[in-house]
Amino acid sequence: MAERRVRFTAGNYACAEGALYAGLNFYAGYPITPSSEIAEYLSEELPKSGGVFIEMEDEIASMGAVIGASLAGAKAMTATSGPGFSLMQEHIGFACLTGTPCVIINVMRGGPSTGYPTGPSQSDVMQARWGTHGDHPIIAVCPTSVQECFTETVRAFNLAEKFRTPVIVLTDEIVGHMREKMVIPEPGEIEIINRKKPTCPPEEYKPFYYEKEGDVPPLPAYGEGYRFHITGLNYDETGFPTNNGEIIERMERLMMAKIYCNLDEILKVEEWDCGDCEVLIIAYGSTFRSAKSAYNTLKKEGVKVGLLKIMTIWPFPEKYVKEAARKAKLVVVPEMNLGQLILEVDRCIKTGAMIVGVNSINTEPIPPSMIIKKIKENSNVL
Amino acid sequence: MSFNYEYYIRGDKFPHIWCEGCGIGIMLKSVFRAFHKLGIDKNKLVVVSGIGCTSRIPGYVDANTLHTTHGRALSFATGIKLFKPELTVLCIAGDGDMAAIGGNHFIHACRRNIDITTVIYNNYNYGMTGGQHSPTTPEGGRTTTTPYGNIDPPFDLCALAAGAGATFVGRTTIFYTAQIEDLVTRAIAHKGFSVVEVVGHCHTNYGRRNKRPSAVENIEWLKSLTLPAKAAEKLPPEQRAGKILTGILKEELREEYCERYWKMVENLRSKKNG
Repeated sequence: MAERRVRFTAGNYACAEGALYAGLNFYAGYPITPSSEIAEYLSEELPKSGGVFIEMEDEIASMGAVIGASLAGAKAMTATSGPGFSLMQEHIGFACLTGTPCVIINVMRGGPSTGYPTGPSQSDVMQARWGTHGDHPIIAVCPTSVQECFTETVRAFNLAEKFRTPVIVLTDEIVGHMREKMVIPEPGEIEIINRKKPTCPPEEYKPFYYEKEGDVPPLPAYGEGYRFHITGLNYDETGFPTNNGEIIERMERLMMAKIYCNLDEILKVEEWDCGDCEVLIIAYGSTFRSAKSAYNTLKKEGVKVGLLKIMTIWPFPEKYVKEAARKAKLVVVPEMNLGQLILEVDRCIKTGAMIVGVNSINTEPIPPSMIIKKIKENSNVL
Repeated sequence: MSFNYEYYIRGDKFPHIWCEGCGIGIMLKSVFRAFHKLGIDKNKLVVVSGIGCTSRIPGYVDANTLHTTHGRALSFATGIKLFKPELTVLCIAGDGDMAAIGGNHFIHACRRNIDITTVIYNNYNYGMTGGQHSPTTPEGGRTTTTPYGNIDPPFDLCALAAGAGATFVGRTTIFYTAQIEDLVTRAIAHKGFSVVEVVGHCHTNYGRRNKRPSAVENIEWLKSLTLPAKAAEKLPPEQRAGKILTGILKEELREEYCERYWKMVENLRSKKNG
């Protein structure tokens, strides 16, 4: 129906619609501001489409149910915000180690602890990367608009299924609650990826047998006759626990390689006038919108300015950042936190360019004027 | 008649990790016999656990197996069962795993009455980590974290399960292997959330610190405390004190969670199509 395909809606609903488009058939969650609309919407839609919606007793249980359902063959997700995201961390690590595809939407809000539930923030950037213990790979994507909440959630599911990994959709209260036009593509317009299933006889199946580095082993569902074992302990290629240190290291490195050998399929950025700019603005999430406005203003003023929008935030798109900053003398990173992604920018750019943050945690969006002011304050390096 | 355990065992995973004389293996044999009695297809069987000695069971069961995080097995099991109700889901746990860190998931699974069978091996302590006190350690019990005797009142796991809404609750002790088999068989056959508490021993830790260092002493000790719940009804309170009441403690029928959910889905879909 044509009227259904174009909506004026909020980012949280767009994430839910994107998930359904990608084939979501299992949602487990726990209420938390500012993400609850995702659960509310799916509690209505999933039963209608023959999927499962369950409100669990807490975020730990939500993430457990998501992983369990995924191992039973579901396309599963949950949604939360800061405090709930903290509670989910152990299970996110379990999903990383066991290669269980799932999607976690974190609508970021302010502050450590309960913080500021109704205000925007981008302060879970590092938690998304390092929130769970131990070395592990993670994918996190970061939409900047309502439409991208839809498309990036679809992409998150595709990446989760393709690479047998949890994928985090890192939105924020602004993107989650603001209303914009959203177009729902026709079925088939965006490719939907489903996890690779084994074709070997069950007795030969090994859940962590990598043919080569960068390979993603197939994953059957419980009940399909494969009778495989999944554990949160370090395992060998059969999936059973091992005490052999060499095997433990080899398996963990293969887990990392599964993501890091396939960066071309995972990383995503958009750029405006990068490469030969003198001033480079690097932005993500709702802050990108202010950055775009600042870029437009400065460009009109004749400043040689470039803009890099980071859509795959983890793994950090190192090569794109390096390339974009090749000739830059000043790199500006606006963030609604006290400086998180700037640490990665600083790590990657070795040209001697001046790197400055534009940081705010005052519960308001960063205005374009604040970015422009910061650039002008540092124009002596140009 | 001898029983062939091979069908349900992953023989190549032995030797197991448990101490010599541990009751977990005794309990597991009874669980296998229950599977056999019910004719459970191992391709449709999922065994889920958390962390601890008991939670290492899934590795030795030739089924769809999942060894999860500490205390959270029931949350994973809930996801599996609700998404694929046609699977038989057995959750297996120790007392610390299920009643301490997993207590919240336990009571909510009871409340939902989801068709999962939970078998708890209650050995009164955290055996794997060296014998610390758990929520079921008897008052006065010596453990590595109650060197002066336990002052925490213990949980009655069966009363907790029954109170929270589980619809089948049974208990026995490790000496009574036929009763373990019987209770687990009935629990799996029961439609709804079922709990079987098997009070067993950890002679290596709890037993040793409470003057019962051998497995046999502990099994005899538990046998001496065992009192069928039905017989207990006729006894005065002083004769019931300190006893472990066994048998089926609760059995009732209440609409099962997955049935309820999928009926709702069916109704919505028929409305949509009709």
